[in-house]
Amino acid sequence: MLSINNLCASVEDKDILKGLSLDIKPGEVHAIMGPNGAGKSTLGSVLAGREAFSVTDGSVAFADKDLLELDVEERAREGLFLAFQYPVEIPGVSNMEFLKASVDAVRKHQGKPELSSVEFMKLARETSKKVKLDQAFLKRGVNEGFSGGEKKRNEILQMMLLEPKLCILDETDSGLDIDALQTVADGVNAMRSAERSFIVVTHYQRLLDYIVPDFVHVLADGKIVKSGDKSLAKELEAKGYSWLEGEVA
Amino acid sequence: MSEQVEHLIRKEYAAGFHTAIDTDTLPPGLNEEVVRFISAKKNEPEWLLEWRLQAFRAWQEMEEPEWAHVDYPKVDYQAISYFSSPKSMEDKPKSLDEVDPKLLETYEKLGIPLHEQEMLAGVAMDVVFDSVSVVTTFREKLEEAGVLFCSISEAVEKYPELVKQHLGSVVPQKDNYFAALNSAVFSDGSFVYIPKGVRCPMELSTYFRINEQNTGQFERTLIVAEEGAYVSYLEGCTAPMRDENQLHAAVVELVAKDNAEIKYSTVQNWYPGDENGKGGIYNFVTKRGVCHTRAKISWTQVETGSAVTWKYPSCVLRGDHSVGEFYSVALTNNYQQADTGTKMIHIGKNTRSTIISKGISAGKSQNCYRGLVRMNPGAEGARNYTQCDSLLIGDRCGAHTFPYIESKNPSAVIEHEATTSKVSDDQMFLCQQRGLDAEKAVSMIVNGFCREVFKELPMEFAVEAGKLLEVSLEGSVG
Ligand SMILES: Nc1ncnc2c1ncn2[C@@H]1O[C@H](COP(=O)(O)OP(=O)(O)OP(=O)(O)O)[C@@H](O)[C@H]1O
Ligand SMILES: [Mg+2]
Repeated sequence: MLSINNLCASVEDKDILKGLSLDIKPGEVHAIMGPNGAGKSTLGSVLAGREAFSVTDGSVAFADKDLLELDVEERAREGLFLAFQYPVEIPGVSNMEFLKASVDAVRKHQGKPELSSVEFMKLARETSKKVKLDQAFLKRGVNEGFSGGEKKRNEILQMMLLEPKLCILDETDSGLDIDALQTVADGVNAMRSAERSFIVVTHYQRLLDYIVPDFVHVLADGKIVKSGDKSLAKELEAKGYSWLEGEVA
Repeated sequence: MSEQVEHLIRKEYAAGFHTAIDTDTLPPGLNEEVVRFISAKKNEPEWLLEWRLQAFRAWQEMEEPEWAHVDYPKVDYQAISYFSSPKSMEDKPKSLDEVDPKLLETYEKLGIPLHEQEMLAGVAMDVVFDSVSVVTTFREKLEEAGVLFCSISEAVEKYPELVKQHLGSVVPQKDNYFAALNSAVFSDGSFVYIPKGVRCPMELSTYFRINEQNTGQFERTLIVAEEGAYVSYLEGCTAPMRDENQLHAAVVELVAKDNAEIKYSTVQNWYPGDENGKGGIYNFVTKRGVCHTRAKISWTQVETGSAVTWKYPSCVLRGDHSVGEFYSVALTNNYQQADTGTKMIHIGKNTRSTIISKGISAGKSQNCYRGLVRMNPGAEGARNYTQCDSLLIGDRCGAHTFPYIESKNPSAVIEHEATTSKVSDDQMFLCQQRGLDAEKAVSMIVNGFCREVFKELPMEFAVEAGKLLEVSLEGSVG
């Protein structure tokens, strides 16, 4: 599904990713943990193709394609989805209109028939129920005046509608209350399948009680410094990151 | 802004074709003889010729204004032809069947559904081609309601008293340089009269088209809503692509008597010139309305075309409790320049005005809001709310705001808010990460920015305006 090999990337001449390798097979859930500023969000941005970040070395294969060759929107249409740590607002553009345009673009690329407005509205309403987002949010501007938790649920709503192959969730759990955490986890679990993979970036082992990962990685100073199964998350919770310092160096 | 936005995609101006039609065009130049010729051509009564000549003499004494934040080579008024009429109009068509099929083809190309059966239900339309009004549809249905909707030339012939009473009553001949020029040489335009207590049964609409080379268009529109009457009126404008600049100097006058309401919407898409700033229309327009007691006038404009725009639709709130509104979207791209805004003159007590202006600048364009809110000494309890938002696309364009406030009544309340924002990289990234291409992303963000104004437009035109923005923005991103 995704094969990252020795990825190096910088932003504004500052090296952030320093030789990161990671292999993700279809159906797998990988959790990425690590200290603040380690480069977790940067990894998401680089995979999604954000312009400000330049790849200086390494390669990334995504579903048999050279990911780094594709534009941002092409990666999205190929099935790469990034749930943002800090979702931005687009004032005046209704959420419904935005979602429809997005789903239309992705379906068109994948050769699927366009959904009529009626079909789409029905689907959007049903899906928003699943993430416990009131229908009023579909009419409001994209993320406009949404609370932190509402923005995160809106990201999950988008993910469910787009049915991506690879979902990167960047701290989707931060800022969520306990019920919302459950809702988001339910959403993710419902989407788990043999063909779909997840990268879940989080600081808290608690999320991983709900979304049980196949692998847990520690990202520090731009590299994966330790990998393990879900028990690694528990260990990190207990010991913090300092015991790994030797491996960082 | 970011590199991606620098990359340009070109799309031709969709309305930029020219129709080959035999025309009767006056040679370039302007003098008293030309004014007399136009007047004679239209069989005008003596008083109107006199009125024109007064305006012409005043114009000769006036200087072209230079205070606007626009920069263009001086217009040579002697190089313009002041009258052009399709030859086949010489004996006026009585019905659509008699109209030159080539003309009808032009309108079809423009996407204007002229034939009644194709028309958007409930839209009556007057079409002005170069200088002459071609046909007015739906006339009978309107006549039943007592609504008069025809070209201004026809109104001069048929309803001289109404025209004489109101022409120049809102925008006097000597109001300003371009208004004086228009008063001297106006060739045609629309006339609307809604009798007392009548709610006009349909939207009224005029499409203006400049076709001939080196001709100016000087239309004159007059709308009178008697006591308690209501009308919603829409004008649309296009022109062929030409390397030379062409002049458009229109005057629109609105009279809203007691308790009347006039909604005036404009979708202006004159040819803006090419991406190097060559050609395009100079759009120097004077629009003003007078509100009597409890009357209301709303101006809604979507301005995407023209090389240079100089336009300030205004409301004189003469009657107590009268209301003025101005909703504007002005988009400039490439080398376009727009200096536009409004004047709200509060004379009566408890008068209210709202100004919502959305300026979007892309490319190397300059976009300027200029607005005056004046509270006269008698404007007890008057209120104004102004909101001016500017959106920048890229970093080579400019946005400017010049709000003028004159308050001579201490009880008047004036609120002003202004913001300037950019289409942010974060917003673009979100849209593209969700599969939208850059052009779609920008047009969506811009449409969202304009939403408050679009919702004031009649439904079908709001859709049209949204599409127009999309086309006008092409080339601003990629
Ligand atoms: N646009 C940018 N310009 C300059 N520096 C940046 C930019 N984006 C990220 N960085 C820097 O890159 C480093 C990695 O940031 P990143 O957001 O990837 O960390 P993170 O692991 O996601 O941290 P957190 O756990 O706090 O979310 C940080 O030092 C950050 O300041
Ligand atoms: Mg982060």
